[in-house]
Amino acid sequence: MRLRDTLRSGLEALLGHGLRSLLTILGILIGIAAVILTVGLGEGAQTSVNSEISALGSNLLVITPGSTESSSGVFAGFGTSTTLTLADADALESKRVAPNVLAVAPTAQQPATLTAGSSNWTTTVVGTTASWLSVRDRQVEEGGFFTSAQVKDAADVTVLGATTAQELFAGESPLGQTVNDGNVALTVIGVLTSAGTSGSTNEDDMALVPISTAQQQIFTEGSSLSDVYATAINSAALSGAYQEIDDELLALHHIDEPSAADFTITTQNQLQATANSVNRTLTDLLAGVATISLLVGGIGVMNIMLVSVTERVREIGLRKALGAAPGEIRRQFLVEAASLGLIGGIGGVGMGVVGAIVIPHFESSPITISALAAVGAVVVAMAIGLVFGVYPAARAARLSPIVALRTE
Amino acid sequence: MAGEPIEPTAPVPIIERDPTAQIPVRGSIAGTLERGGELDRRPIIAIENLWKTYHPGDLAIHALRGVTFRVNEGEFVAFMGPSGSGKSTLMHIMGCLDNPTSGTYLLDGQDVSGMSEFQLARIRNRRIGFVFQGYNLLPRLSACRNVELPLVYAGVPPEQRRQRALAELAKVGLSERVQHRPTELSGGQQQRVAIARALVTNPAVVLADEPTGNLDSRAAVEILDLFTSLHQAGRTVVLITHDADVAAVADRVVQVRDGQIESDSAAV
Repeated sequence: MRLRDTLRSGLEALLGHGLRSLLTILGILIGIAAVILTVGLGEGAQTSVNSEISALGSNLLVITPGSTESSSGVFAGFGTSTTLTLADADALESKRVAPNVLAVAPTAQQPATLTAGSSNWTTTVVGTTASWLSVRDRQVEEGGFFTSAQVKDAADVTVLGATTAQELFAGESPLGQTVNDGNVALTVIGVLTSAGTSGSTNEDDMALVPISTAQQQIFTEGSSLSDVYATAINSAALSGAYQEIDDELLALHHIDEPSAADFTITTQNQLQATANSVNRTLTDLLAGVATISLLVGGIGVMNIMLVSVTERVREIGLRKALGAAPGEIRRQFLVEAASLGLIGGIGGVGMGVVGAIVIPHFESSPITISALAAVGAVVVAMAIGLVFGVYPAARAARLSPIVALRTE
Repeated sequence: MAGEPIEPTAPVPIIERDPTAQIPVRGSIAGTLERGGELDRRPIIAIENLWKTYHPGDLAIHALRGVTFRVNEGEFVAFMGPSGSGKSTLMHIMGCLDNPTSGTYLLDGQDVSGMSEFQLARIRNRRIGFVFQGYNLLPRLSACRNVELPLVYAGVPPEQRRQRALAELAKVGLSERVQHRPTELSGGQQQRVAIARALVTNPAVVLADEPTGNLDSRAAVEILDLFTSLHQAGRTVVLITHDADVAAVADRVVQVRDGQIESDSAAV
């Protein structure tokens, strides 16, 4: 029997029971659409987390107070401890101590309500140094950034994030204007270029001030830092920089045992890996649930194929009497089952693509469907049809023509 | 589902023979010596000491008990017998739908008694044309595509298939009905389509199992006339029936009873 004839007789049998075939296809279609959407959701989330993390800057190391090593016994909750000081940051600036470190930007932050004329806006006041701009890889849209001299003098100046500027000045140029935090009047000297809000933290809503100004005049308590950002001279120097920072801070803090460190250094890669692993676990879970629905679709194919074999016993008997070999009968039924899977797979990918376009209009989550995932889904759907068609097809092939022809 | 090949009773050897070497002992075969002039005719069906035993539970039912006969090329033979006589079993074995328990069967010179399911399918496709009581046409296909069906399994290209099917339909007088579906045809017309389908592969023998069983008397006469004209054109036709009037149209009538050949008109 020619391949073309095998395909034709299989497809004709499917068309002969249009509604039944359609419902079976629907089972596979929903399964495939569910799988492709959950995987797409996972990939979309990963992309957005990755762009968020790379938006922090390049070759970045983040030093946070406190240890993540809970076994150290003196564990202070992650990010709540107050062990990092400006002196630490200054020490890391030294080319002699840390040759692989390009620049260091210590930051301290507190929420504050700023007023400008009649408008007020609650934002985060971030005290930092002049190197923040280069370390965090940001640009100034208008005006300029504060200089090292202004940091040294604790000048009453501020650089606003794009959102903050918009909220306080509503389209007017904020340059030269004054914002007030209740204690001190700050002159706006610059506005940052928007980082493009991605994800949870808004990189455009903040007011940057020299760290000296923040600690002396604005912040209510202490001189501890919330984060110290450092950049390595290049990506190859990242691990060297990591080691230098670790050694220097341990020495400065008089800690002998590295596992007892009261600070944590995180590289961008680590941030990415952590975020992605959380993401992946969630995606795997969802994809697992979706796979179950695909399995149910496969059982539907098997069910309908078994019904089809029973219903067509006479036809099978006749075909055998006319010279169809068992293998030819088996192939015809496999073609039917695989076609159900294939059509369901293509439909499912189509529905997934529609979902990927429509869902982001209602939910903030982006959905990325790769061509590889789409092709893979179609192949898997066809394979499911094939696998679940094997048993019914074997049953059809085994039928004795005599018994089959006698059946009414 | 039943239909697994039935195990032979006793250790019956399935004798593998070279078809060319196998010459049945002519004297033992009823109806050949007597017809003298037909001795030189080629045997299409040569069956010798054929047994078929079924085993429902612990029983052993012998559907055929040592049947021996021969059908020569161009003969028109009717096998007659009441239900349960074993004629259906004989027809299944003659049609290569079933294997005998023991004995030999040469179809067109080829030993088919020990063939695999795949080989039997090929033999059915090329050497045998079936006509059933219930027509057995596929309801979704046109008359033409029903006739083409055996050629599909023979791997004949579509264009050639169509031409041969149309030619056979013309021979049975259905040129005007080639695109009709079975449900749009009368019983007699459906049986003509089935006969065209049986002939399209140019088989060695046409096996008709109660071909008029579902037809009114007028259509039945037409179909029997068609078989007669096939015979006159040189076809080998084997008719299986329980109806003496139907059997009467054949040149030779073989009576089957209790799994044995009771009488053979050619032997008289």
